[in-house]
Amino acid sequence: MSELSPHTQQLSAYARLVRRRVLIVAGLGALMLVAMLFDIATGPSNLPLADVISGILSPSSLDAPARVIIWEVRLPYALMAVLVGAALALAGAEMQTILNNPLASPFTLGVSSAAAFGAALALVLGMSLPFIPTDWNLPAFAFLFAFASVLLLQAMARLRGTGVETLVLFGIALVFTFNALVALVQYVASQEALQQLVFWSMGSLARSTWAKLGVLGLVTLIVVPFSLKASWRMTALRLGEDRARSFGISVARLRFFSLLRVSLLAATSVAFVGTIGFIGLVAPHIARLLVGEDHRFFLPGSMLAGAVIMSLASVASKTIVPGALLPVGIVTSLIGVPFFIALIFSRRERL
Amino acid sequence: MGTPQLSIDGLSVGYGRRKIIENLSLPAISGGAVTALIGPNAAGKTTLLRALAGLVPAKGSIRLDDTELTALSVAGHARHVTYMPQALPQRVALTVFEATLSALMSARADAISTAEAHERALHALDRLGIADLALRGLDELSGGQRQLASLAQSIVREPTVLLLDEPTSALDIHHQLRVMQLVAELARERGIIVVIVLHDIAQAARYAQRIVLLEQGTIAADGSPDAAITPATLARVYKVEARVERCSHGTLQVIVDRAV
Ligand SMILES: Nc1ncnc2c1ncn2[C@@H]1O[C@H](COP(=O)(O)OP(=O)(O)OP(=O)(O)O)[C@@H](O)[C@H]1O
Ligand SMILES: [Mg+2]
Repeated sequence: MSELSPHTQQLSAYARLVRRRVLIVAGLGALMLVAMLFDIATGPSNLPLADVISGILSPSSLDAPARVIIWEVRLPYALMAVLVGAALALAGAEMQTILNNPLASPFTLGVSSAAAFGAALALVLGMSLPFIPTDWNLPAFAFLFAFASVLLLQAMARLRGTGVETLVLFGIALVFTFNALVALVQYVASQEALQQLVFWSMGSLARSTWAKLGVLGLVTLIVVPFSLKASWRMTALRLGEDRARSFGISVARLRFFSLLRVSLLAATSVAFVGTIGFIGLVAPHIARLLVGEDHRFFLPGSMLAGAVIMSLASVASKTIVPGALLPVGIVTSLIGVPFFIALIFSRRERL
Repeated sequence: MGTPQLSIDGLSVGYGRRKIIENLSLPAISGGAVTALIGPNAAGKTTLLRALAGLVPAKGSIRLDDTELTALSVAGHARHVTYMPQALPQRVALTVFEATLSALMSARADAISTAEAHERALHALDRLGIADLALRGLDELSGGQRQLASLAQSIVREPTVLLLDEPTSALDIHHQLRVMQLVAELARERGIIVVIVLHDIAQAARYAQRIVLLEQGTIAADGSPDAAITPATLARVYKVEARVERCSHGTLQVIVDRAV
């Protein structure tokens, strides 16, 4: 019968809120696992789901062709989908916060375009880098240009008096510049190189290998703890730059390291799978609707939302046109947009 | 330790090449009392507060007791000074409680525990009478409620120097008075320095022990409300014809007849 003090009440209400968010993030994680299983189980050669699962658990139980399909095709594709989705979504989430712009994403600020230009140089002009094995040449070029484009943004941010709005405008200018450069290279390209380049820019998981997975996995594994460590600071930055600095946060430093993480994540992803436009923009919005902007939940939520969309897109890319594997970059938007709109509408009704 | 003293000496602040405040000096501002910074639009009030908080580069000296604030980093400043910006953030999907917590959790120099941070945040909301809004989203609040939430983010840090830039501009009269009373209490209880920018001259006169009147980056008047607020200074700085009179309760009242 004792009356709870108002603080106890508020604190337990907040504890419930936190618990709900943890559950939502965990739910996204579970959804990701399910989507990934579906992804592994879908493909032109009809392997039953049970076979796939037992094949993953004990590879020796499979005959050789099935083993190749599962271990060299299905599994790397599915893992790449999840990793790329998570990496691009994290990059987008951080960008939206530090640039204080809900339209910021690796795609809208020129990272993908820069990567495409790098790919164009390698594909069409046959440029190559020393010491890089030939089948890594194209990703290396794409990576270098994508990375350089964010460094360029970074350099602008360091210039005195450059506000974040200017930075976003500059990113958009980069998109146009690199698109024009790509067009220029395309203009002189041979028919065959042109086709390859167009296909590359559509974004495809068909280039996944265990080695590339390892590289992207390593980059993500290194970057994520730093992102999470900055989560309270990024939450505070949402309250405004003066506010955050008045809390003792060096916003310039936060922005510098965040952009560094973004460039690593986005450049590596885009280098391996090509242009995938939608994830980095929309996954953070989905996470924001689901768990709010406390970055302890917002960042993991974005990553998992990105992984789920990408995984579903991968499933769809194999099933929309039976027997054909569509480039996944085309499908992400087709999958993501209805998902996103449904979420916005369901949210409105509750308010 | 006595009450803290903030001294400003030869302070110059500008944006790029444009100087807003040049070579400004002020007799020390003492803790334990409220100092109101008033003046017309674009006088440089916000600029001065931001300089005191270390948010714009400033030349000259700002000393808090024996500490030269201009020599400190952002984090160093934040240990002593908290600034509440004039503008409120838009479209932020955080609850009032989370926003208040982030004031303590984002740069934990003095390593307080999470439980302690939670308690302090709720206490701050309590003092402003918005504990019932704790779990409401900032983007679902009214303008005045958002301003109260913003104020909570400042007082929760329990700084030595509390700088408030028009904290009551969106509030109804009840909440204006409530905030002014709270600010006066905080100054008295904790002996801290409070500098508050206000446009309501009568309120400044009523709650502040000292008035600093700023005009185009220079001090037009500085002193007790009685000394600083006179028809002559109001006419000169604000271009209004005004009477300054004591009402039947003895409180200073400013009656503005017209703009000239
Ligand atoms: N970021 C900025 N860049 C350039 N000039 C600025 C900037 N901020 C303020 N100013 C200029 O500095 C001068 C003082 O502005 P400030 O914001 O300090 O005025 P204020 O006294 O706070 O006015 P208000 O009562 O309208 O808030 C103005 O002339 C303004 O144009
Ligand atoms: Mg101002």
